[in-house]
Amino acid sequence: MLPIKVLVPSGVLGLGFDLEALNNGIKNNPDIISIDGGSTDSGPFSLGSGTSKYSRAAIKAEWKSLMIARKKANVPLVIGSCGTCGTNGMVDWMENITIELAKELNQHLKIAKLYCDQQKDYIKESYKLNKILSLNPAPKLNNKVIDEMTNIVALAGAEQIQECINTGADIILAGRTTDTAIISALPLMKGANPGSSWHGAKVAECGALCSTNPTSGVVMVEFDKTGFTVEPMSKNAFCTSQTVAAHMLYENADPYILHEPGGHMDVTYSNYYNIDRKKVRVEGAIWNSSINYNVKLEGAKIAGYQTSLLVLLRDHNYVKNIKKWTDKLSIFLKKEINERMDINSSEYSIEFRHIGLDSILGELEKNLGNPVEVGVLCLITSKNEISIEIAKLINPFLLHFPLSFNEELPTFAFPFSPVHSDRGCVYEFALNHILELDDPMDAFQIQISEV
Amino acid sequence: MSTLGVKVKKIRSKNAGPFWITIDVFCGDKKIYKDVCNKLRNAKISSLLMISEQDLKRFEIDNLNVIKFSFPRKIIQGDVFDRDMHGAQLAVLLSEMKF
Repeated sequence: MLPIKVLVPSGVLGLGFDLEALNNGIKNNPDIISIDGGSTDSGPFSLGSGTSKYSRAAIKAEWKSLMIARKKANVPLVIGSCGTCGTNGMVDWMENITIELAKELNQHLKIAKLYCDQQKDYIKESYKLNKILSLNPAPKLNNKVIDEMTNIVALAGAEQIQECINTGADIILAGRTTDTAIISALPLMKGANPGSSWHGAKVAECGALCSTNPTSGVVMVEFDKTGFTVEPMSKNAFCTSQTVAAHMLYENADPYILHEPGGHMDVTYSNYYNIDRKKVRVEGAIWNSSINYNVKLEGAKIAGYQTSLLVLLRDHNYVKNIKKWTDKLSIFLKKEINERMDINSSEYSIEFRHIGLDSILGELEKNLGNPVEVGVLCLITSKNEISIEIAKLINPFLLHFPLSFNEELPTFAFPFSPVHSDRGCVYEFALNHILELDDPMDAFQIQISEV
Repeated sequence: MSTLGVKVKKIRSKNAGPFWITIDVFCGDKKIYKDVCNKLRNAKISSLLMISEQDLKRFEIDNLNVIKFSFPRKIIQGDVFDRDMHGAQLAVLLSEMKF
């Protein structure tokens, strides 16, 4: 059955890909089409709220192209981490889009859904039994924190995707999955080299990012007994041994080791060489199975309710003394909030960021220049929705607060009306842990439907 | 005295999951790579980043002429006090460093 060809249309559904390159890929007879649907890359909001980062319209338009391509190739189409965060709700959301498209395209499909949500009772029980281990660095975990989380998912690996493939489904909609497992699952099943199956998957997980033309999206990876070959499908993209090897650096804390459910891959002794102008051959990655089968957990909880305000200052004296101004203002506001609203400063936080001075690097900034203007971003985060009321109380002082008492009342620039922006509920990541399973399917469920 | 950013081809930084940041120094050629490997001290990098030296991981990747630094974030990605979710602007600290 080897070699196995996996077509990867792009790094993530929603980012776009070159349609001509996709068609080239289909002409090259792939055995499966695999695309990632999510990531934690944009922060905790998606998982916390259980929503997609990308618009439904963008997802539907791209998914339509892939469903048409799948029909043409007559092979399975797999998406991992549906709707950015890969919660059960987002798997159902993706199914809903798929059903709509199946009707529009008049396609009859077998769909397999992989659910990755974790129930709090199960997580608490596993925690009690020491089946949950912390990675470095890990947020503090206890039953109270587990109760506070809005969503907990486990990252599926190759084994769970293989279970889905074995159902004979045309389309697999997986919840949270490692970026690589949707690509490595089929080659591993068919006896390709295990180290190279994971390594090739890692190289292709961001689509054409491993090539000279990242935005073209589409790459094909061919897996066999000894290694893999990667080739971009756009006529304007090329893989070189450098672009492929360099991809192991990207977003990886360790450039040689990649942990996956059931073990880790080691590429320390991999060799990369160009077969021709476009294709790169890679061999030498090693797969080390672990004794226990562990999956990674992700969880998010509510950090608070946030309201922001932005005020702009151009007055030379205030720009020069901007930190002194916000320091004085901060002390003054805490007193006002306490006296007028009867709210203790432990129930909220107020932060001032000086845009134009050091708003990105904060205390790490070494190069404080002489800006002509400064934006002060004021962030209020409270345990409940009171942050909007605090923002309204702050509003006149942001506009008029003087540096000294014996001066005319200053007025700064507000760029918006209303001045405050309600940012609603904000979340934080609450897990950097792994869960030990007796059987890979213990924390996952598969549902089959036909449309 | 010049800066590290002028000396090497490219310096980039990026989050590696919500809990880590990684910085890649692409030296361009072997001569510059050797020079940077010899002169770039972990103590200097950790002081720039205000982290403890023990938390800094260093990789010297000969075949790519790349030096890579990884470290756990003091503030988890997307937390209320996080200023740069992707950590991609941190690279300027190394770029602007005297070398």
